[in-house]
Amino acid sequence: MYRYVIRRLLTLIPILLGIIFLVLFIMSFTPGDPASLLLGQDAPEEAIVQLNTELGYYDPLLVKYAKYIWNALHGDFGLSYRTQKPVFSEIIIRFPVTLKLAFYSVILTAIIGIPLGIISAVKKYKPIDMVCTSCAMVFASLPRFWLGLLLILLFSVELKLLPSNGVGTWKHFVLPVFTLAAPTAANILRLTRSTMLETIRQDYVRTARAKGASERLIIFRHELKNALLPVITSLGVEFGVLLGGAILIETVFSMPGISTLMITSIRMKDTPQVTASIIFFAILVCITMLLVDLIYALIDPRIRSKYIK
Amino acid sequence: MSERPNKSVFDKKYSKKSQKKEIWRRMKKNKLSIIGLVIFCILVIIALSADFIADYEELAIKQHGDIRLQKPSKEHIFGTDQYGRDLLARMVHGSRISLGLGFFTTGISLAIGGFLGAMTGYYGGIFDEIVMRLMDILLSIPALLLAIAIVSALGPNMINLLIAITISQIPGFTRIVRSTVLTVVGEDYIEAARACGSKDFRIITNDVLPNAIGPIIVQGTMSVAKMILLAAGLSFIGLGIQPPQPEWGYMLSEAREYMRDYPHLVLIPGIAIAISVFSINLIGDGLRDALDPRLRN
Repeated sequence: MYRYVIRRLLTLIPILLGIIFLVLFIMSFTPGDPASLLLGQDAPEEAIVQLNTELGYYDPLLVKYAKYIWNALHGDFGLSYRTQKPVFSEIIIRFPVTLKLAFYSVILTAIIGIPLGIISAVKKYKPIDMVCTSCAMVFASLPRFWLGLLLILLFSVELKLLPSNGVGTWKHFVLPVFTLAAPTAANILRLTRSTMLETIRQDYVRTARAKGASERLIIFRHELKNALLPVITSLGVEFGVLLGGAILIETVFSMPGISTLMITSIRMKDTPQVTASIIFFAILVCITMLLVDLIYALIDPRIRSKYIK
Repeated sequence: MSERPNKSVFDKKYSKKSQKKEIWRRMKKNKLSIIGLVIFCILVIIALSADFIADYEELAIKQHGDIRLQKPSKEHIFGTDQYGRDLLARMVHGSRISLGLGFFTTGISLAIGGFLGAMTGYYGGIFDEIVMRLMDILLSIPALLLAIAIVSALGPNMINLLIAITISQIPGFTRIVRSTVLTVVGEDYIEAARACGSKDFRIITNDVLPNAIGPIIVQGTMSVAKMILLAAGLSFIGLGIQPPQPEWGYMLSEAREYMRDYPHLVLIPGIAIAISVFSINLIGDGLRDALDPRLRN
C-alpha cells in the first residue's frame, strides 16, 4: 500500500509544477507592468524601471517560474499590489469559507443523491423512479448561479426565512450549500441509479437470489457494495467541480471566500493575488483527486490486492 | 469483372445508411430526446430569425429612458429592463450569442481535441506521453477556473471568451477521442487497411474515426450545453461578453440589483439558459442510448 501511496504522491509533483507553469504562462499575457500600477501613471520613468527590475518584471518566463517555485517552497507567493500584504495570508484567511461551502455541499450531495438513486433503481419505472429521474434531469441542467438567485428571491425576499449574503451563522450556509449541491446531487442520483441497475444484472446477484437471500440483503450486501465504487470516485471528482462551482456561488451570495477574493483581484488588476488564488484552487482540486484515488484503492479489493501481500 | 451478386441481408443490415436509420429508429423511441430535439429546433429557429422578430439596434441596444423597468405587457411581452430595452428583443438576440458560442466553441475544441486525440491514440509513443501529460495538467484545473485565468490575463471580450472556453474543453475531447481510437486501433480491419497499403492519414480518417464516432458525438452534444453554461457563468461575473450586447448571463447579473421588485428580469434569462441546456442534455442522453444500446437500462 505504501508503495502505491508514494507512487501516487510522486506523480503529483510534475502536475503541480505544470499547473504553476501554466498559470504563470497565462498570466504573463496580462497587459501593463506592475510598477506603473503600484506607483501610478505619473511616476518618473526611472523609478518605474527600477521597481519593475526589482520585481523581476523583465526576467524571462522561465526565470520567473524558477523564482516563483523557489519562493513558493519558502511559503512566499508574493505581495498583493492592492494591500501590500503577502497574498498567501489573505488566501488562508478566506480559505475556510470556500472549503466549508464545498465540503458541506459534497455531504449534502451524497445524502440526497445516493439514497434517491438507490430507491430509483430498486423501484425502476415506478412513479417514484419517474419523479426522481425527471427531477434529476431538470436540476442537472439548471445554471447554479440562477438557482441561487431564485432561492434568494423565494427564501430571503418573499419568505424572509434565510439571509441572502454573508457568512455569520449556519443559516448563511443553507442557501449556498443547497444551490451548489443540487445539480451535483442530480448527477450522483443518475449515476447511482445506473450503476445499481448494472449490478442487478450481474451473475453474483442472480446467484444470491437463487440461494434465497432476502431482497434487502441482496440490495445492500451484493448490489450496493459493488455499485458504490464508481459513485465514490465520482463524488471525489464532484468535490473538485464543487470547488470550481463555488466561484459563482460565492459571488451570488456575496461570501468572503477565495473566489470573491479572486474576482475582486481580477478587477483591481492585482496579478500576484490572482495568480496565487488560481494556483491555490487548482492545487486543492489536485489533492482532492489524489485522495479520491487513494480511498478508491483502499476500498476496492481488486486494486488493493495488487499492492498488499 | 462480374457484377456483385444481389445484395445480401448482411449488406443491408450493416451498410452505412441503414446504420444511421437504425440509430434514428432507436432515438425516435425515446420520447424525451424527441422533446429535447423539438425544443432545440425551436430555439435554433428563433435564433436564426432574430432579426425578423425584433430590431437589434432599436429594441435590444438603444436605451429608452421613458419606459424603464416595465412589467410584461402587450407592447413588451417580457417587459423592459433598467434601460428601457425590450426584454424579448434582448432574449431573442441573446439566443444567437449563446447558441452560437456553444456550437462554435464546441466545433473548434472538438476539431483540435479530436486531432490531438486521434494522433496520440494512433501513434502512441513519446508524442502521446507529452500531449497526455499536458492534458492531465489542463484537466486538473476546473474549466471555469482555467477560463477565468485566461480571460483575466487577456481581458474580457467576446474573442477572449471564445479562446478561454475553447481551451478549457480541449482536454476532454482529446481524452475521449484518444480512448475510443485506442479501442479501435487493435481491430482486424485496421490491420487489413494497413496491409492494403493505406496511408496513416487515410486509415485515421476512413477507418479509425468512423468506428469511434459514437462517444465523440455524445460528448460533443453534451459539450454544447456545458459551453453555454460556462459562457453564461463567465459573463455573469463580468468576465465574458461585455455590455451592451444582450448575453443571458450578463443580463442576469445586471438584473440582480432589481430582482426584488422586478423578478421577471431574473426569471426570463435564467429560464432561457435552463431550457437550452436541458434540451441539449435530453438530446445527448437520447443519442447515447441510441448509439450504444448496451448502456440502456
